[in-house]
Amino acid sequence: MKGSRDEFSRKGPVVKGILKLAYKLLVNDKAKFTALLVGIAFASFSMIFITAMFIGVLRHSSSTVINIGASVWVMDPAVQTPANSIGMPDYVLDAVRSMQGVAYAVPLYSSTALVKLSDGTYQATSVIGLDDTSLFGRPEMIQGNITDIYAENGFIVVQDADYPKLNSPHVGSDFQLNDHRCVIVGVARVAMSSLFGLPTLYTTYNRAIQYIPNPRYTASYVLVEPKSLSDIPKIKQQVEKLGYLALTKDEFTMRSIKFYIYQTGMGTNLLIMTIITFTVGLSISGQTFYTFILENLERFGALKALGTKDSELVGMILFQATFTALTGYGLGAGLCTLFIYLAKLRLPSYFATITFTNLFLALVMVLIIDGVSSYAGVRRVLRIEPFEIFRG
Amino acid sequence: MSMPRTAIDATGLEKWFGEGEARTLALRGVDLHADFGEMIYIVGPSGSGKTTLLSVLSGILRPNSGRVLADGTDIWTLDSSHLAEFRLHKLGFVFQDFHLFPRLNTAENVAIPLILRKAPWDESIREAIHYLDIVGLKSRADLPPVKLSGGEQQRVAIARAMIGKPDILIMDEPTASLDGDTGHGILKFVRENILNENRCIVVVTHDSRIYEFASRILKMEDGRIIGAQERAA
Repeated sequence: MKGSRDEFSRKGPVVKGILKLAYKLLVNDKAKFTALLVGIAFASFSMIFITAMFIGVLRHSSSTVINIGASVWVMDPAVQTPANSIGMPDYVLDAVRSMQGVAYAVPLYSSTALVKLSDGTYQATSVIGLDDTSLFGRPEMIQGNITDIYAENGFIVVQDADYPKLNSPHVGSDFQLNDHRCVIVGVARVAMSSLFGLPTLYTTYNRAIQYIPNPRYTASYVLVEPKSLSDIPKIKQQVEKLGYLALTKDEFTMRSIKFYIYQTGMGTNLLIMTIITFTVGLSISGQTFYTFILENLERFGALKALGTKDSELVGMILFQATFTALTGYGLGAGLCTLFIYLAKLRLPSYFATITFTNLFLALVMVLIIDGVSSYAGVRRVLRIEPFEIFRG
Repeated sequence: MSMPRTAIDATGLEKWFGEGEARTLALRGVDLHADFGEMIYIVGPSGSGKTTLLSVLSGILRPNSGRVLADGTDIWTLDSSHLAEFRLHKLGFVFQDFHLFPRLNTAENVAIPLILRKAPWDESIREAIHYLDIVGLKSRADLPPVKLSGGEQQRVAIARAMIGKPDILIMDEPTASLDGDTGHGILKFVRENILNENRCIVVVTHDSRIYEFASRILKMEDGRIIGAQERAA
């Protein structure tokens, strides 16, 4: 008998023609395709934007840790973020210096203070007091020399987005801090500006604790450089026995991030916003894609009657959904990047930061939208009987 | 003189819809034989089972009992995947409402069977334009189907059915959407240009104005073939 199963088997991996057919059926329906792209692009844009804002805020919350750059930070166990230090007695510094595995340890002062500018206005600032001997954690100088910090009343100002709030001082400008005259002896830059929009001043540790009223204990942090990385666990144990906490740079950053995520409501808000965006994106794209499938149901039925296999129809629908999802995602990601870039041109302290992580998260979300949309379409198309085409 | 080859040999076809008291018998033991070189018409009133029979013969609707040998293949023993392959390679379809794709141009519509057979796109389009030339619509190759008249759309549908060089051509109410003259012209074209000794054409129609092109007319009523009329077309 003729017509064995093998006779009718389509051999070969070439399916490009069918996919091109699917592509043309999709993009030639311009209204639907545009609506689909807008839906996916909106969802991608929003998800990337929200997470970029969040990541930007979290990164800037650890700006002091990043700018100072110490390997290990010793602090009071109650400290959650770099901005909220708790003073430690001087013996902690001595004790840490005597610990096994410590190459050297220096104190760091970190606080906020009000400065009175030459025009009589007050401005809150972040003041960092560097170890007088080593100046460990010094910023990169743009004007002046770091050793000028030892000059009488010497302060170094950081030129960042918040710099104009101090009336853009230059070397020689002066201001008052608790009735102490302060003089700008240098202008510097740091890797990252602070989260709270405060200008940053650097001075020596001893001048900082002299000029700014302090509680009994003055050392905000003890910065430690271990002899080797393998000494870090040992140092942490010894510090713990002392009743304090030692964290690596990354651990301190993560501790700060966790604080903002879990204890400030930011994490919950982010989650809610992401879910809302996801739902809106899913609704727009899912509904539009499903409508697209419904409107083309007769055509899919005709293709089935002509001899298209179910697996090929599924492939066409998945291709259409994935093509739409990836194009929409690319548009959304591109628009978001452009928006943030333009915003940073106007607002230098704009925090939004796009990372591979939030790009990946948004892509996963978009692919979920894609999967749900195509699942509904595939189910509908597989149920259609080509017999319906004959019945008209 | 050689004996004509059998194109379709269907025996004992039964098909019902629904179950129990709601069961409706659409085919009641239909036997049908068609040879290559024949243009067979299936006629009858609405609800007589014409479309159901056409669907069963073309491997689209599974009968409850009976057998269909199409060009020697017992089609209802094939699984759905191989049945789809069979339809793609052996059959050509002209649907009542044409079922052209409005988002594709005319040439792309005609090329679909070749594309489904995984032929290269450009080659398929070239072949489609050749078939459009045959049906007199080469100049319309780049237009979407909605820009064509009903008769032109039907010719596009015929070109699409023919491009895969099917052994059996299935035409469902091919003149239903056309005026009398156009419908007559289309079937004349099919009879004169498409029917040959290696092809069988099965037409379901209500339209008595095109009976003159049939080799044989099978009259259906109430799910049965109640009569056959040989014609010397």
